[in-house]
Amino acid sequence: MRRATEEPAWLRWLLCLAAVGLLALFLALPLAAVFTEALRRGIGPALAALEDPDAVAAIGLTLLVAAIAVPVNLVGGVAAAWAIAQFDFPGRRLLTVLIELPFSVSPVISGLVYVLVFGAQGWLGPWLETRGLQVIFALPGLVLATIFVTFPFVARTLIPLMQAQGRAEAEAAATLGASGWQIFRRVTLPNIRWALLSGVLLCNARAMGEFGAVSVVSGHVRGETNTMPLHVEILYNEYQFVGAFAVAALLALLALVTLGAKAVLERMGGRRLESA
Amino acid sequence: MTIEVRGLMRRYGGVAALDGVALAVGQGEFVALLGPSGSGKTTLLRSLAGLEFPDAGEVLIDGRDMAQVPARERGIGFVFQNYALFRHMTVFENIAFGLRIRPRRQRPGRAEIARRVEELLALVRLPGLEARYPEQLSGGQRQRVALARALAIEPRVLLLDEPFGALDAKVRKELRLWLRGLHDRLGLTSLFVTHDQDEALELADRVAVMRDGRVVQFDTPEVLLARPADAGVAGFLGDAAPVACEVRGGQAHFAALPPVAAEGVRDGRAVAFLRPVDLLAEPGAGAARVAAARQDGRGVRLTVELGGMLLEALPAQGWVPQRGEACCVRVLGARVFPA
Repeated sequence: MRRATEEPAWLRWLLCLAAVGLLALFLALPLAAVFTEALRRGIGPALAALEDPDAVAAIGLTLLVAAIAVPVNLVGGVAAAWAIAQFDFPGRRLLTVLIELPFSVSPVISGLVYVLVFGAQGWLGPWLETRGLQVIFALPGLVLATIFVTFPFVARTLIPLMQAQGRAEAEAAATLGASGWQIFRRVTLPNIRWALLSGVLLCNARAMGEFGAVSVVSGHVRGETNTMPLHVEILYNEYQFVGAFAVAALLALLALVTLGAKAVLERMGGRRLESA
Repeated sequence: MTIEVRGLMRRYGGVAALDGVALAVGQGEFVALLGPSGSGKTTLLRSLAGLEFPDAGEVLIDGRDMAQVPARERGIGFVFQNYALFRHMTVFENIAFGLRIRPRRQRPGRAEIARRVEELLALVRLPGLEARYPEQLSGGQRQRVALARALAIEPRVLLLDEPFGALDAKVRKELRLWLRGLHDRLGLTSLFVTHDQDEALELADRVAVMRDGRVVQFDTPEVLLARPADAGVAGFLGDAAPVACEVRGGQAHFAALPPVAAEGVRDGRAVAFLRPVDLLAEPGAGAARVAAARQDGRGVRLTVELGGMLLEALPAQGWVPQRGEACCVRVLGARVFPA
């Protein structure tokens, strides 16, 4: 039987073809190109490029930055979403808009802002210098820029969900004698855990892959302030294509694993809801 | 436990949800807060539970001022309109919640908690559903789980927000009587919010009729029906039809109905509220005509047409009214207010 909302067959095929074609052209093809280029001269040179001390340092730095930025954004994002969904306070709308700011501002500008604030010629630069603290062209700058750029992921995933779930369960818990922490730990958190994991994974993927903002604050000191994306750029500009693509492939692999984990978690979350 | 509310005010933006509410509820009473939506009844209930913070006024429970007491320390059982069950917990976990979160020294042991949950499930007549999740329950079952969860902390005050609102008519009637029985058995002091006057009049010892953020009358159902405080209450209760009249010397005179006593009402134009039980229709030559006569479970529901008005009336004993038949109408009583 034909449903009222069903489109003619040719239109369905056309739409599917267009979607698949675009995906293949703009997503699958470049991804495949990264891996083929990396393995152009076999697995040996690719692995050798990854064992290069500068590459190892870049990988380590990327993981370190992500390991700091993601937990910070996990806590900050949950706090922001919790505040926005559970309380009415002046400036709530403004906060909701501000959370999206890092998405709408160019990452390069985000980086520049930190240079202007913390750099040697910046507002706080001289003050920091007298205390021997370096932010820009050092780890703190990389972490700050990454936190800024990836802040929205956790908060943005949680806010719509928490708003849809409402405050009634938290209020019920309060009338039953629960403290604020007990409400969060036993009622709020279990209700958002799958969305939270998904937000954290997205945040992590972006934290490892961020280029623009990090590029501005890094200073590109090889083996010291180069993250993986920056290392890829340097190698590429030096015509070391195998090396560049090998590091790029590793980065892409990390992103794919993250996305895969997210998909698995979402399915588990969905199944849990159905069976529940 | 006694509950006393004095001069309670609560504004949202520019609108007063509570506008000087005063109410005193005695130990063991079962009280309904009745009013149209937006009359402030839910805000009042939430203020008692500590979920809403009044701008002014006092809430006293057993004489103690609750202003500085947060919701979690009030020990009041609250049943939410949509039950607000914890969706990620089983029925067992939902009911056990209030016991599990107690500080270690006051927390009952594992076996004790299991025993209490079982007891409560038996009390709300849901044995064997411990392992279900809220999504797997019917509306009536969810409602009773919500009740069991609220009762687990052994409250002496129980507050219910539209407890029967989301249930179908049959389940609603059953649960009403059962809830009333439970209240009496446990010696609770209970308040429930409703916009359904039948529910309020049938269930409650006293009904607080609310309008525009105020309690306009707080009385037993009998008094509310016999002596409504004003025209608003009279029109709201008992399916009363407003009929224009003129009062002269303690009697209300109608255009098409016989006069009726209206003592204490000043002379002039007025409105009489006539309930179906106030009007007796008898067969015979008269100005009225049977517009509709339907049999339902409670008897004949008769509508008569009189001077261009349609009024519900009681048919005289033994008379089977036929549509179009002429009849005459006697007025047995009326609540009359100056227009």
